[in-house]
Amino acid sequence: MSDWTPEEQIRRLSRRGLLWGAGAAVVAYGTLHWLDNSATEDGMGWPFKRVLGLNEKLAGLYLSNRSHAQEFPAGDAREPKVNGPYGLESEIDVANWRLQVVGAAEGLAVTLAELQALPVVDMVTELRCIEGWSCVVHWTGCRLRDFVAKYPPKDRKIDVERLETLPPYIGMATPDGEYFVGLDMASAVHPQTLLCWAMNGEPLTQGHGAPLRLVIPAKYGVKNIKRIGTITYATERPKDFWASDPEGYDWFAGL
Amino acid sequence: MKKATGEAVLVKKHPLAIRWFHWINFPVLTIMVWSGLLIFWANRNGPITRFGQPMFPDWFFAPPAPKWLPAWFPTDIAHHERVIYSLTGRLAEGMAWHFTFMWFFALNGLAYVLYLMFSGEWRVIVPKLASFKKALLVALSDLHLVPAAKEDGKYNDAQKVAYTGVILLGLVMLLSGFAIYKPTQAFWLTGLFGGYVMARWFHFWTTMLLCAFFLVHVAQVARAGWNNFRGMVTGYALEYRERKAEPPAPPEPAEEAA
Repeated sequence: MSDWTPEEQIRRLSRRGLLWGAGAAVVAYGTLHWLDNSATEDGMGWPFKRVLGLNEKLAGLYLSNRSHAQEFPAGDAREPKVNGPYGLESEIDVANWRLQVVGAAEGLAVTLAELQALPVVDMVTELRCIEGWSCVVHWTGCRLRDFVAKYPPKDRKIDVERLETLPPYIGMATPDGEYFVGLDMASAVHPQTLLCWAMNGEPLTQGHGAPLRLVIPAKYGVKNIKRIGTITYATERPKDFWASDPEGYDWFAGL
Repeated sequence: MKKATGEAVLVKKHPLAIRWFHWINFPVLTIMVWSGLLIFWANRNGPITRFGQPMFPDWFFAPPAPKWLPAWFPTDIAHHERVIYSLTGRLAEGMAWHFTFMWFFALNGLAYVLYLMFSGEWRVIVPKLASFKKALLVALSDLHLVPAAKEDGKYNDAQKVAYTGVILLGLVMLLSGFAIYKPTQAFWLTGLFGGYVMARWFHFWTTMLLCAFFLVHVAQVARAGWNNFRGMVTGYALEYRERKAEPPAPPEPAEEAA
């Protein structure tokens, strides 16, 4: 080595560098190709699902119900666009609507008047669509945590302040079952998670989910299901419309 | 290349660690920008304005198709975005890639900053107060508007400002990204950016600045030539020095490092 001129040395170093570069390019291309072609789980490559699962676990470490989404003055509220017609195709008879609760007392069906007897909450928060737009909206409803306390899962001694006493998941679906979401219990009992019957001071329109919709600022808009027909207490992770094949979105979708 | 005169010597340019951080960052950042565009193009955000201007430029959603494109090339605007680069309708994919590769971007960047701090390399990168004025002179001389000043040290002042600036840009990138990733949990951070919409604005425009940095960087590297580029691959550059009995002369200033 010491006999070599600097020109020879740098040529040697360059050759080594280019070989490294070529090797790295092959490894990088192979990795990306593998990622892009990996077997899918619920419409998304499994390595991504694993990482999203890890992100969710990590979020669980700093996720706290003491963190609140920003609230705005009522004057900032706007009319959000009507988005997502799934599960809303048919007309609904609001007067005869009942909220079915699966996993609670047998045959439990709750009326809107019964929900409105729970403490009423007014909240002005930002609805954030997963596609990027957001809109400040004034919501009126009751807390899901109060609902869980009033209509608890059967055969359980629950305390909404203590997550370990609750089933790990809640699922919700439209009456026709065409649209459905799954929620982790921590997000479900967040104090800003509401079952809403009014938007910007008016009863919900059909397009915005009459008679009852979920508002959950800790999740993207896709989880804010309209026209809730059934609420299910679940021990297994409930199916979620956008996190199912072939859509492939992240199940957690937490903000 | 300039004509070689004097004695050839190998000069150590970039430590191995920095070369790895640099070259890992390139594909990772490419993937972040690409997947970011998949997210960005998922939906056109309507007439949201900031500072009297559309928050995101219209031409970025639907750039006019270049005339030289062959007729068979799909340039229709599918919904309201163009399909030409097939970047629309891939939101779930974009999010999956973005929220996977953000870790490589963050960790590589963190490792780079820690390395700069503990190796002492930060001294050659961090600008001094006087650097900002001198950086302007370097930029003007690069544009052939003023004669080039004599340089000493590994980087000129424009480089110091640019390389430190791009680290800060990366930091704003990460923070604004986290502010939109968890605006409810990180409400304080989102608030610091002026809310969710403004955090998106910052995230978008820092990306544009980063892309601008990239273009200037590549142009400067091309201008500086092979010997300089080789420095980022091998760690060494070849320099020619006059043979003297006296203490070694300072390296020749003519070659521009980028």
